[in-house]
Amino acid sequence: MNSEQAQDLTSRVEAIRTGEITAEASLDATLERIDARNGELNAFHETLAPRARTRAALIDEKIKNGSDPGPLAGATIALKDNICTRDGRTTCSSRMLEEYVSPFDATVVERIEAAGGIAIGKTNLDEFAMGSSSEHCAWGVVRNPADPTRVPGGSSGGSAVAVAANLADAALGSDTGGSIRQPAALCGVVGFKPTYGRISRWGLVAFGSSLDQIGPLTQSVRDAALLYRVLAGADPRDSTTSQREVDEVPIASNAETKGLRVGVQRIHNHADNAEAVNTALSHAIDAFREAGAEIVDIALPNAEHGISTYYVIAPAEASSNLARYDGIRYGYRSASVPGDSLDSLYARTRGEGFGPEVRRRIMLGTFLLSSGYHDAYYLQALKVRRLIKNAYDDAFKKCDVLLGPTTPAPAFEIGATNDPLSMYLNDIYTVNANITGNCAMSVPVGHTKVNGALLPIGLQLQAQAFNETTLFRAGVALESMGDLL
Amino acid sequence: MSHSSITSQQIEHLAKLSRLELSEQDLEQYKEDLGRILEHVSAIQSLDLAGVEGMARPHQATNQLDPDEPTPPLEQACLLGLAPVVEGPFIAVPKVLDEGSA
Repeated sequence: MNSEQAQDLTSRVEAIRTGEITAEASLDATLERIDARNGELNAFHETLAPRARTRAALIDEKIKNGSDPGPLAGATIALKDNICTRDGRTTCSSRMLEEYVSPFDATVVERIEAAGGIAIGKTNLDEFAMGSSSEHCAWGVVRNPADPTRVPGGSSGGSAVAVAANLADAALGSDTGGSIRQPAALCGVVGFKPTYGRISRWGLVAFGSSLDQIGPLTQSVRDAALLYRVLAGADPRDSTTSQREVDEVPIASNAETKGLRVGVQRIHNHADNAEAVNTALSHAIDAFREAGAEIVDIALPNAEHGISTYYVIAPAEASSNLARYDGIRYGYRSASVPGDSLDSLYARTRGEGFGPEVRRRIMLGTFLLSSGYHDAYYLQALKVRRLIKNAYDDAFKKCDVLLGPTTPAPAFEIGATNDPLSMYLNDIYTVNANITGNCAMSVPVGHTKVNGALLPIGLQLQAQAFNETTLFRAGVALESMGDLL
Repeated sequence: MSHSSITSQQIEHLAKLSRLELSEQDLEQYKEDLGRILEHVSAIQSLDLAGVEGMARPHQATNQLDPDEPTPPLEQACLLGLAPVVEGPFIAVPKVLDEGSA
């Protein structure tokens, strides 16, 4: 757990439910902290103070009347700005949606409020969720509270910072190739990506529809489990949500580790990882073994093709999903010029409204789907996707969870990575959970000292699709091992 | 079939397909970027994938259909309020039809 957090969400809700603090007082204190630090960190694009105050008053009223305020009573939740809210704007950190006000709330927002939670603000991200650093944000870079000259990771950088700097009790992000887990690792918080189809994408601005999932960033694993139970479940408005019953993920503080089969992938490009990452992993393996777990050597054939597969499928899907931004019905429209045709209006609007990384990925996706290349790239990638899925399915017959790094290194300096391909390689450990649809979580395990700053390190656990129960069991166990560095 | 380099012609064609107006500088930059990225992802082309069925999405599921019951739509005023250029109840766009063609 990082040094800036006070109590986790579960404790906060307990304090509010028992009357130790009012939801209103808790909210006010949080808004004050945002005021004090957001100028420097740029985690939030805007706060939703009026709506939040209304909700807080409602919660306090319920508590006074003795009625149930809900499992998230008074907890402040920051929302990544690609999640639609009827209040405030939903910009996706893009000029294309700078003034966009959503006509509806996302399902996850409705569920949070139904549970008594308070949406406190919209956090900054890499534009349209494309990035691993939160530098590609039209409203300025987001900074890592551990060292403000460094990135918080991305694309859910603002959400990770909000939790790490105690500017919200928890946050929601979205994860397409690691965009919850990677910033969670770089900022020292828990980041959880559910099984594909577990949490509704209704109201999540689409990037890669077969890869995207919304998930929580929290101070503790038990908080993530609580949010999972509140948010998960079938939604008729998102036909990709699963009809399967949502499991009661246990959040026992003393996790049953005896007999847990922890798989470790034999080859992890160890030489390319930062030393602290490899050390943390090695200590975690020892700790699991000492706690009675069985360590299983796992080979994952074709898993090394994850990045190539992801950087074909994701841009392809993105190019299709972002075709809707044409300046006609909503969003930015370029000022008209004499002789404008629809095509020239589209081209100027999109050229001006989208940032460089988004434009790059649209171009790449268009290429990969275009005639003459569609079979060789896109269809080929779908087959490799199947092979990767098979490899993980086989692995999960031999182990209950996979343990490994979340990222190759701790937070890098802002502006340090200019080459897109190098930036993409930050996702090397996270993309396969999106490719397969399996569930995964990053848990903070300690810090490493770099140039006088203490930079967080996270480790990743992965489990078979729909096996959140085992994932959380392992997550609680890993968290209980404390500082592994 | 490996395509690790992209021609200027291809980049201009992609920009047209993508409906993106790009500067000369951007076109040059993207030509280089796409070339390097494609070189990396081309690794998947050398794999033996005979008989492998492609996977477009996780856990293939059958389509979910809603019951055929009307539900209230979003309000017209709200939606018109989102549009950049409005004339009465219409969204204004550049002329679509040429003179004399259908």
